[in-house]
Amino acid sequence: MNLALGELERLFPPGRLLHKPGELTPYESDALTAFRARPLAVVLPENHDEVVAAVRWCAKYQVPYVARGSGTSLSGGSLPIDGGLLIGLNRMNKLLRLDPQERIAVVEPGFINLQVSNAAAPYGLYYAPDPSSQPVSTIGGNLAFNSGGAHCLKYGMTSNHVLAAKVVLPDGESVVLGSESLENTGPDWLGLFVGSEGLMGIATEITLRLLPKPETYHTVLAAYDTLEKAGEAVAAVVASGLLPGAMEIMDSLAIEAAEAAVKAGYPREARALLIVELEGETPQVEAEARYLDEVIRRSGAYEVRVAQSAEERLKIWKGRKAAFSAVGRLSPDYIVQDGVVPRSRLGQALAEIERLSARYGLRVANVFHAGDGNLHPLILYNGRVEGELERAEELAGEILRLCVALGGSITGEHGVGMEKKAYMPEMFSETDLTAMRRIRLALDPLELSNRGKMFPGGEAPALRQTGPHPLERAGVISRE
Amino acid sequence: MRVLHPTSPAEVQEAIRAHSRVRARGGGSKPALSTPAEGQTVLEMRGLSGVIEYDPGEYVLVARAGTPLAEVEQLLAQHGQYLPFDPPLVEQGATLGGTVAAGLSGPMRQRYGGVRDFILGVQFVDGTGQLVRGGGKVVKNAAGFDLPKLMVGSLGRLGLLTELAFKVFPFPKATATLQISFFKLEEALEALYRLAGSPIELYALDLEPPATLTLRLGGLPEALPARLERLTAFVGRAGDLLQGEAETRYWRDLNRLELGEGYLVKVALTTRHIPALEQALGSAPRRYMSAGHLLYLAWNDELAQLDTLLRSQSLSGLVLKGSTHQLRIGIDLEQVFGQRVAAALDPQGRFSPAPPQ
Repeated sequence: MNLALGELERLFPPGRLLHKPGELTPYESDALTAFRARPLAVVLPENHDEVVAAVRWCAKYQVPYVARGSGTSLSGGSLPIDGGLLIGLNRMNKLLRLDPQERIAVVEPGFINLQVSNAAAPYGLYYAPDPSSQPVSTIGGNLAFNSGGAHCLKYGMTSNHVLAAKVVLPDGESVVLGSESLENTGPDWLGLFVGSEGLMGIATEITLRLLPKPETYHTVLAAYDTLEKAGEAVAAVVASGLLPGAMEIMDSLAIEAAEAAVKAGYPREARALLIVELEGETPQVEAEARYLDEVIRRSGAYEVRVAQSAEERLKIWKGRKAAFSAVGRLSPDYIVQDGVVPRSRLGQALAEIERLSARYGLRVANVFHAGDGNLHPLILYNGRVEGELERAEELAGEILRLCVALGGSITGEHGVGMEKKAYMPEMFSETDLTAMRRIRLALDPLELSNRGKMFPGGEAPALRQTGPHPLERAGVISRE
Repeated sequence: MRVLHPTSPAEVQEAIRAHSRVRARGGGSKPALSTPAEGQTVLEMRGLSGVIEYDPGEYVLVARAGTPLAEVEQLLAQHGQYLPFDPPLVEQGATLGGTVAAGLSGPMRQRYGGVRDFILGVQFVDGTGQLVRGGGKVVKNAAGFDLPKLMVGSLGRLGLLTELAFKVFPFPKATATLQISFFKLEEALEALYRLAGSPIELYALDLEPPATLTLRLGGLPEALPARLERLTAFVGRAGDLLQGEAETRYWRDLNRLELGEGYLVKVALTTRHIPALEQALGSAPRRYMSAGHLLYLAWNDELAQLDTLLRSQSLSGLVLKGSTHQLRIGIDLEQVFGQRVAAALDPQGRFSPAPPQ
């Protein structure tokens, strides 16, 4: 037995140290299945000290590592590194503390997003960020990638709901960033850490802010015969001074997919569906609903439904939340992008995507957070048809460039990860990226933590290698 | 004392490259933060002023860092919008840049969040003289490191801000304020906790010692009477109602933070710190905002005494006004993470308040 792996074996018992090929297979990829890499080994720590031990081991042997929760990253953020260590955090899945009076929850990184709201529900509280992956995605991953969801315009993203985090830095040192207070008296170090895609370390204990559950919802589903009309309706809602919790649009392809998957009862022939949801105190929501209904009535919707019960509301949302996976029924493979455009450019962006779709001969389904301009074009392709994946990727790239050209962003909530790092220079200058890189190097001079993500090109060329791990070549480690 | 007046990011870059130690000053409304230490060159930032982009339909405003808050708020108000983090010191000439660098929010942060929750993009000059951009100009963005948030509360230590982008929201069409006095602090705190955990949506939830809650409601005018009634019933106690011009004036006056003589100090805390603080703070004029997460305090005594007091409660404070070079008091939140990031952005210590050793 070689030295380095032997040391790892002393740190982690069998069953929590995986290094046989069969054991590694489930960890080779995340939700961005186009990428695949085989880690040297997987460790499954059960507490903070074991994470420290794993990170120190990596620092000692200069082995790059990736922390991973449920592996739902759509940007390849939790893709392992060939020959690196994968630190699986799913066993650190405890709710450490729930304080309904102070309205906070302290969780381990492997705790599931939706479970936070479930735990808080008896106290009339909930955790606001609601990525579509919330039944499976973990808080640790949500934090690393600053996950969004359908309610970001009004409530913000994950970073607006994380109060503090205990973090293992890439050299194995532990720090606490943030506090239980919503306020701060110095630089917002925690704000920098959240969304840093695992490049600054691993959070092992996370303090979340809980919000009181809204008293009443008013959920409207409006059907349109053109996508443009749905887009204009969103602009009209905003112009009316209302601030809905969510505004979502689905196009006909997405509607077809959602219907086939969960039978949400959507009007199937619609070219576009708009979901608008108001929430808040009952008298206020009732008054706002009268304005909203008027705006929707005038927007040219040919059918309008208002959820009359909690069940009807959930049914409306079920179709929307299932839309992604449902598209899988229409096509063997698909790529999903999450670029953002200014809301006023939504119509232009969608028209351009339609044009690109025709030019590339690939179908594109659109499901998007209209309230915050966050697009989600789903590019359908068949990986078994020669050249189709490459065409789909090229089309995806054109859509990202379009978003930047319209004044938006290459990613609203999925993060850069592996997938979009080549597009970072579209959005940021070399100087901007250099400054970010300097921060990264100050915290992780060897670039061990989630190496190869976010920054364009090959990070730290001197440290990158293909083929066997240097320790492997030297006979120090082996893969069996 | 040397004072420079840059009017463009390029001139800020030039000034930083040419001087070994610099400090930025905006409107000078927080003199403890903008008074230079010995040997520091002052960069007077008001020459970098003006709104660059504002489309009310986007809920996004982009402006140069030296733009006075008053100018921004006036423009937003013309379109029925506002800065939801409710920055203080508007009438005293505070600027966007100074507000972000100091990390200051006001009572209405209760509804939607503080300055960190509304900053979208930032452009700044780092300690090497590079002009750096982070974040973006759209309300949702996850690309790159969140440099905009990092700059909130950075006190000019990581970079000098030149341009900022914010998310803005529609201001409620009607507002009303209810002041409810209790006999004892414990009763007021009990009501505060109940309110903060309830679905009642308050724009402000302030506690004024000894035991008065000041609650601000906002929304559609037709719903307000019913909501006020429900609020009073929920608290179980009648209060004094402020509406119309008197209400507007009340909050505008409070925005000046003229609480009393001496140092003006901001303290970050949580509700559960209040009972012990109330025992210790004596007669110092003060106001707790945002359900007890933000305290502004006037301290007319030795600063060291307040420093000790905050330490004993594991709290940190920031001095905004009053003569001192010790800006941050109470517990030291500085640690290796921050030191490394600061060294990355300002390797030569140009923004450090202390002269190089």
